[in-house]
Amino acid sequence: MPSSVAAPAKDKDPAEERTGGAVPVHSHAPARSLPRELGSWASIAWFLVPALVLFLVFVLAPIAVAVHTSFFKWGGIGSMDDFVGFENYTRLFADQVFLGDMGRGLYLIVLSITVQLPFALFTAVLLNQKLRGRAVYRMLFFAPYILSEVVTAVLFTMIFLPGDGMADHLAGALGLEGLQGKWLADPSTVMPTLFVVMTWKYFGFHMMLLLAGLQSIPREILDAASIDGAGAWQRFRYVTLPLLGPTIRISVFLSVIGAIQLFDLVWVMTAGGPNHSSETMAISMFQFGFKRYQVGYASAISVVLFMISLVFSLFYQRYVLRRDLSGAVTTGGGR
Amino acid sequence: MASTPPSRRRFLALSGLTALSVSLTAACGGDDSGDKPAADGKVTFAWWNIATTEPGKSLFPQISSAFTAAHPNIRIETTSLENEAFKSKLTATTSSGKLPDVFQTWGGGVLQQQVDAGLVEDLTDAFGWSSDLTPVSLQAYQIGGRTYGVPYDIGMVGFWYNKKLFAKAGITEPPATWAEFLEDVKKLKAAGVTPIALAGKEKWPGHYYWAYLAMRVAGLPALQQAATTKDFTGAGFVQAGTRLKELVDLQPFQTAFLGAGYATPGGQAATMGNGKAAMELMGQWAPSVQQDEGADLGADLGFFPFPTVDGGVGQATEVFGGGGGFALRKGAPKEALDFLKFLVLENESKLLASNGYLPVVKGAERQLTDANKKVVADSLVKATGFQLFLDQAYPPAVGQEVNDSVADLIAGKKTPEQVTRSITEAAKGA
Repeated sequence: MPSSVAAPAKDKDPAEERTGGAVPVHSHAPARSLPRELGSWASIAWFLVPALVLFLVFVLAPIAVAVHTSFFKWGGIGSMDDFVGFENYTRLFADQVFLGDMGRGLYLIVLSITVQLPFALFTAVLLNQKLRGRAVYRMLFFAPYILSEVVTAVLFTMIFLPGDGMADHLAGALGLEGLQGKWLADPSTVMPTLFVVMTWKYFGFHMMLLLAGLQSIPREILDAASIDGAGAWQRFRYVTLPLLGPTIRISVFLSVIGAIQLFDLVWVMTAGGPNHSSETMAISMFQFGFKRYQVGYASAISVVLFMISLVFSLFYQRYVLRRDLSGAVTTGGGR
Repeated sequence: MASTPPSRRRFLALSGLTALSVSLTAACGGDDSGDKPAADGKVTFAWWNIATTEPGKSLFPQISSAFTAAHPNIRIETTSLENEAFKSKLTATTSSGKLPDVFQTWGGGVLQQQVDAGLVEDLTDAFGWSSDLTPVSLQAYQIGGRTYGVPYDIGMVGFWYNKKLFAKAGITEPPATWAEFLEDVKKLKAAGVTPIALAGKEKWPGHYYWAYLAMRVAGLPALQQAATTKDFTGAGFVQAGTRLKELVDLQPFQTAFLGAGYATPGGQAATMGNGKAAMELMGQWAPSVQQDEGADLGADLGFFPFPTVDGGVGQATEVFGGGGGFALRKGAPKEALDFLKFLVLENESKLLASNGYLPVVKGAERQLTDANKKVVADSLVKATGFQLFLDQAYPPAVGQEVNDSVADLIAGKKTPEQVTRSITEAAKGA
């Protein structure tokens, strides 16, 4: 038995062999001739065409159209002929509601990372122990993630219903009468309430991610740490947590992108209200695009939303996920 | 959200939004309207309506079959879409410059935008029978003295009140002036009754208050003038906001009204239907939605027009509302207008008997049997002036700003002056 530290590196090889095997030309041609090399590129290109066309038509082209539209004042009807340059953008960054949107996005991101993630980690560690009925618990915690956003939102609208809702009864029973009738209906409580719903819906997903990460940590390392005299906390802090790093970084990434683009839950529960106090960037975009028919302005919002997501993704991948993704796009390929 | 009864299928439509992407606003719809060459010599036209719920769901196809049976050379291709889905699809179709031959319209600002883009047929000359229709019902479709639509339904907003709760508070007569109205609100509060149910989450029910107050204080001509000059900062509009603030300061609405929807569980209609509030300011559909979401108040439900304001120029007989109609694409077959004549003039009694519509044909109100519908129809017949829902009368950007700003006023986040400034800004920018 080789030392357990070598195990992850050893795992890597069969995996690469498998991906290599996906292109049969390589495996049986140790001495590749130029025409064959070209042929393989041609076949790769040929197989990529459908995906590339789809990507071009349904991802790149709409982005280009949105960027183009964002430089016009356009109501969605007739020809786009009122070019306004960056006016939509300057207006956007002077709009208190939009600046508030960004603040609220940040609020949700911070809470996701400081509250939801540790909570998901805690449950994951708990459900990684030998526990009677842990499969049932895992399923229960994961179940909310499977529900559609709209169903979740309708469900919680009923729970937070003023007067008759479960939340009001609960608050009454706990002696928190001050909260009754507020929840989604008060500007000061709507964001925390939304966050509770988000956590209910998504922590199970992060728990599953982390659980998968935990199970990929070889037993031997933890055993070795035990033999060296590490206690439970030390094993968690110095072995589990570092080895869980890649999973945690992915989990943070998904939380951030999810919070930036949050729409459905909020739209159904509060529609951004009361008085914009729960509005997100995506809600503002929808309001302007499909309620006010200011398509140019809405496109500007969508472009900013896209840029924020893009810049964040690139930086995060470049500087935070670099170690986890070696061989992926950002470093230009491993071999 | 336009001021039409919200559909129970809204959640279905919303689920379609889950696939939201950053390129959402760049999406364009398919092109499935336009001229179709009549291979078999038949005249074919497309008819887009919103009759996805009863009674229109059964009634509209019946009427169109009756029409094509009588005119075998005409074929009607009907598309029925749910309210919000219809608006999205029509927007997408409009941006491609092609409208269906006959399409649902609510008139006002959206119709005007389509007319300005040269997409809508001017019906004025061919529509001789418009004299058979009530002027109030036609008004929403008249732009610059020309008529661009045929109405099939018309309604108005007013106060629906619970007679029992009014009696409990010792109010014998519905208020006729704003001062009396405020007094009654105080009396109701003193009697432990929530005076008013309001859907704060949806914003459009709130805009009714400001719009009616503007009508009563500044007057109808001022509202129409503001739409053209794009200036809403006049003293009358500020005063409308001040009056509304007087009401808001009395805290007349139900608990947590800012989070309440209209036709949702625990929403405005349910609160009213369940007798938990004494009144609501709502359109002619209010009784049926109350019944759906809460309970039928039956004979306890009454209606009174929006009170007049002392010193204001508006009359109690000037009404605020909207309806539904059909417009024709520019160049649509002329048979399409014949069909609308058949639908509206010859089938009016069927429409009324279905209990889903209010009369647009002069004198047809006598056919109504439902007491609540009768009182609304009578008010419409006696109306001396008409104002279309502001979120339909004005371009969408202005209409939504009215809704948003008035909601802010009601929540105490904007002053009456700020409301008028925000609306003016939106009007100038639109």
